[in-house]
Amino acid sequence: MSDSQRQSDTIDENERRHELGSYLWGYGLALALTLVPFALVAWSGWPRVTLLWAIGGFALVQVVVHFRFFLHISLARQKREDLHLILFSTLILVLMVGGTLWIIFNLYGRMVPELLP
Amino acid sequence: MTLNHFLDLALGRLDWHALPFWEMIEQPTLSHIVNGSIVTAAASLVVLGALATVVLITRFGKWRVLWSDWLTSVDHKRIGIMFIVVALVMLARAIIEAVFMRAQQAVGLDGGFLSAEHFGEFFTTHGTIMVFFMAMPFLTGVINYVMPLQIGARDLSFPVMNSVSLGLTAAGAALIMVSLVLTPFSTGGWSGYPPFTEASFNPGAGVDYWIWAVTLSSLGSTMTGINFAVTIYKERAPGMHLFRMPLFCWTALCTSILMIFAMPPLTVATAMLALDRYLDFHFFTQDLGGDMMNYVNLFWLFGHPEVYILILPAFGVFSEVFSTFSGKRLYGYKGLVIATMCIAVLSFTVWLHHFFTMGQSPSINAAFGIATMLIGVPTGVKIYDWMLTMYRGRVRLTIPMVYALGFLILFVLGGMTGILLANPSIDYQVHNTLFLVAHFHNMLVPGLLFGMLAGYQMWFPKAFGFRLETRWGYRAAYAWIAGFILAFFPLYALGLLGMPRRAVGFIEPAYLPWTIIAGIGALVVLFALFSLVMQFWLSLRHRHENRVPVGDPWDGRSLEWATPAPVPEYNFPVTPEVSSRDAFMREKDLGQAYQRPAEYRDITMPANSALGPILTVTGFLMAFGLVWYLWWLVLLAGVASVGALIARSFVRRTTKVISAEEVRETHEAWLRQVDETQAVKRDKEQDTSNRGRPAAPVSGAVQ
Amino acid sequence: MTATPSRHPGLNLGRAHQEAHDACEVLVFGFWVFMMSDLIIFGLLFANYVTQLDALAGGPGPGELFEMKSAFLETLLLLTSSFTYGLASYCLKYRHGRGWLTAWLGVTLLLGLAFIGFELHDFHKMAGEGGVPSRSGFLSAFFALVPLHGLHVASACLWMVVLMVQMCVHGLDTGVKTGLVRLGLLWHFLDIVWVGIFSLVYLGGLA
Ligand code: HEM
Ligand SMILES: [Cu+2]
Repeated sequence: MSDSQRQSDTIDENERRHELGSYLWGYGLALALTLVPFALVAWSGWPRVTLLWAIGGFALVQVVVHFRFFLHISLARQKREDLHLILFSTLILVLMVGGTLWIIFNLYGRMVPELLP
Repeated sequence: MTLNHFLDLALGRLDWHALPFWEMIEQPTLSHIVNGSIVTAAASLVVLGALATVVLITRFGKWRVLWSDWLTSVDHKRIGIMFIVVALVMLARAIIEAVFMRAQQAVGLDGGFLSAEHFGEFFTTHGTIMVFFMAMPFLTGVINYVMPLQIGARDLSFPVMNSVSLGLTAAGAALIMVSLVLTPFSTGGWSGYPPFTEASFNPGAGVDYWIWAVTLSSLGSTMTGINFAVTIYKERAPGMHLFRMPLFCWTALCTSILMIFAMPPLTVATAMLALDRYLDFHFFTQDLGGDMMNYVNLFWLFGHPEVYILILPAFGVFSEVFSTFSGKRLYGYKGLVIATMCIAVLSFTVWLHHFFTMGQSPSINAAFGIATMLIGVPTGVKIYDWMLTMYRGRVRLTIPMVYALGFLILFVLGGMTGILLANPSIDYQVHNTLFLVAHFHNMLVPGLLFGMLAGYQMWFPKAFGFRLETRWGYRAAYAWIAGFILAFFPLYALGLLGMPRRAVGFIEPAYLPWTIIAGIGALVVLFALFSLVMQFWLSLRHRHENRVPVGDPWDGRSLEWATPAPVPEYNFPVTPEVSSRDAFMREKDLGQAYQRPAEYRDITMPANSALGPILTVTGFLMAFGLVWYLWWLVLLAGVASVGALIARSFVRRTTKVISAEEVRETHEAWLRQVDETQAVKRDKEQDTSNRGRPAAPVSGAVQ
Repeated sequence: MTATPSRHPGLNLGRAHQEAHDACEVLVFGFWVFMMSDLIIFGLLFANYVTQLDALAGGPGPGELFEMKSAFLETLLLLTSSFTYGLASYCLKYRHGRGWLTAWLGVTLLLGLAFIGFELHDFHKMAGEGGVPSRSGFLSAFFALVPLHGLHVASACLWMVVLMVQMCVHGLDTGVKTGLVRLGLLWHFLDIVWVGIFSLVYLGGLA
């Protein structure tokens, strides 16, 4: 028991540093990815559509950062049921949300144009 | 505080008008008396039934057994059985309602005996019950019972959550039952479309009953889905790779994935409708920016995957039935698995076909129409695989097989009409007519009910240790098929003639012959239900002649047949090791079945928990309070629910140990019994000589 | 259990916590599945919000009701709490003692409560300006989406308190450890949902 314990302690040491680094990186990146879009909206004066694209882009990257650094989900690893699960959920989410927007806005266009953005 | 004030607080909006006979006392017109009497009779049945149950349990002194062996049990087998009991009770009610509707329409030319309001309640409760409180509990129960056994597990991953799922479903069912006594129920159909179900059109308690019953059921089903999926991923016996699982487990997996992702839209839809009704939100109202089309979209985001939730497990059952009773391994196993997965994913891409007529552009309709037709492809693959499973097999026409064959033919016909409906321009003609009603019953009755009944016939001996009686069993099976055909094929004609669905009466004489035939069909269905009751009763009486203690009455192929009947709590004395598909059949072929394990170990099992029954009660009370505006009750029950959950999280002794000694004794006794039992050939399998030990098949038979 | 134990490689406790690590295998996977189901709920409410953006019915809209400053503050609070929860998990995994663990959990809890406080304050202010859910389809959609997230945060706070009490009663046993791992998942997940909310609802509304 103590033998294997010692062995795993050395592995743990690496992992430990790695993990702490992961949280710090995550926090730093997420902060940056939050500050920039807020700053853009507050001061940039860009046209609305450009702003929206930028906000969306930063949000997407930030979501990935959270998954990667806080939830420790990465693409490269052996058998990852949770990764498959997340990807499948994303697929379903895209189908449901995308389909909903497509259908409802098409409907607005034909029936209640004043609700179109 | 005056007395009135106090009563208002205490009773919310409950008053005399909630009693089913009140209206006919206040205004004794003929219509009120007829309708009032029907509801009163139903309400009395509910009350007397409940009383009789209580009296019987007390008389036989079974409260303790009920509590410790059933209600607080977290054994997947017992929970499965309780799910099925709920389903059968609700099935009986929904069938009787269907007969009333068919009777009404059979005499519905220029009138009939039911009021429009009452007819509305009938189709709403019938549809809601059939989908949420018959079909869902039935399939959940069957999966609960069979799936862990088939993958060689001891229980589900989260046994207590399983009991909570059952509790929430039962609470929802109880709510619908209570709505017979404290009326009314919703008249908004099983789909509950606003704005009709909004407070401005329907301020009464009816829609609220519907909302909370459905919400309870959808929460329970979400948890069930999570539980099943995790179990299949994590609890498989060594060697049971995914591609060695019996097909039933695959369908269970796909169904649970659908539950996980398709119940949320329903929860969202009903919760939003509730917010509209209770807190004056404007999601689906006609004024202030509300948009009912959002509801339709949300509801069918759930609704379409739901029909596959209902049908896939039945596909699984039929796969087992066809291969078991053809004495052959399943033809095209991989194809069936892939087809099942395709269906599961595709089912998220077609929901719009339920509202082709809402007003979106033809290109969207075309896209969803094509996606819908695509689902026909994997389904067709399945049909051929099943037929080829029978091809050159030694087909035995047992009761499950009768259901399966009926399904095969009828389901193809129903599928054809589905392909017709997938064409938007045809749908424009027949939507909202009885053609649609005929179509979906044509899918659901053979594709769900027959499947579940076949499963019930096949696994009953596994669960209770004796076979079901066959004479009434065959009668029931043939009556279901004949009754279904008589009751629903005329509806295709009626739909094409233009008769709308959900219509209490009509003025077109051309409908009459068809509605009469359909009414006769409903009576045949009623006879089928009666036959099932008779079958159960006779089986119970003659259970000693029909015992199958060895546990393999049908020469089964998968692991559940390797256990005694009834199955001991721990399922397997030692976890089985699997080396191929059709694991148990392979053991039998190699002569390695019924082996003595090298060593017995203590078995750790989850301990009983009262959380399930507690949440059943608090969940029911919360919903009941919400329906009748009894805010104090909502608060109390809500606090109690959260308290119970927290208290449960403090419990640390969540397991119990069954000693190796006890396991050894039980298992050795059974093995001795196996040795003493005469093996029977397949032609004797419905005979009293069948004790659950099959003789090896004739050599040369196709395997 | 499966023959080849596939240890959960994401958020985990590590080999040093043998029993709890094993127990996590199933519990964490189950919790992931639950969260993905929950994600669908949020996704649909987001979609609904987008379809109702112009359903103002003459009532106040994002420009009048939202305030960048408080949205920014709330974002910082929640993000920081996600980080401090990470530190708590880190202390738990590498056995830095109950003291540190409790301290980081406490900080996280306070940040979470502060977030809820600010949010309630926001809602209150919106109501003062006529921004109540019964006013329009748009406001209904807003009040379905954002408070639902807040409700999740509040439940997570309650869960944290319960786990801290359990830690006092039972010590840092398997039950508490697995609870903390799952709560961690939930906490990070709620921050991800909030990224969607501040981007789409607040920044999108103010852009
Ligand atoms: C086998 C005997 C059955 C009979 C005789 C029967 C009869 C009926 C009738 C008469 C209606 C009303 C049609 C109308 O709108 O005019 C109906 C509606 C419906 N039935 Fe059945 N049914 C049966 C089984 C089932 C089963 C097994 C299911 C589902 C699992 C089911 C689900 C529904 C649903 C969802 C509706 C629609 C309710 C609504 O309009 O909101 N039925 N059925
Ligand atoms: Cu559909």
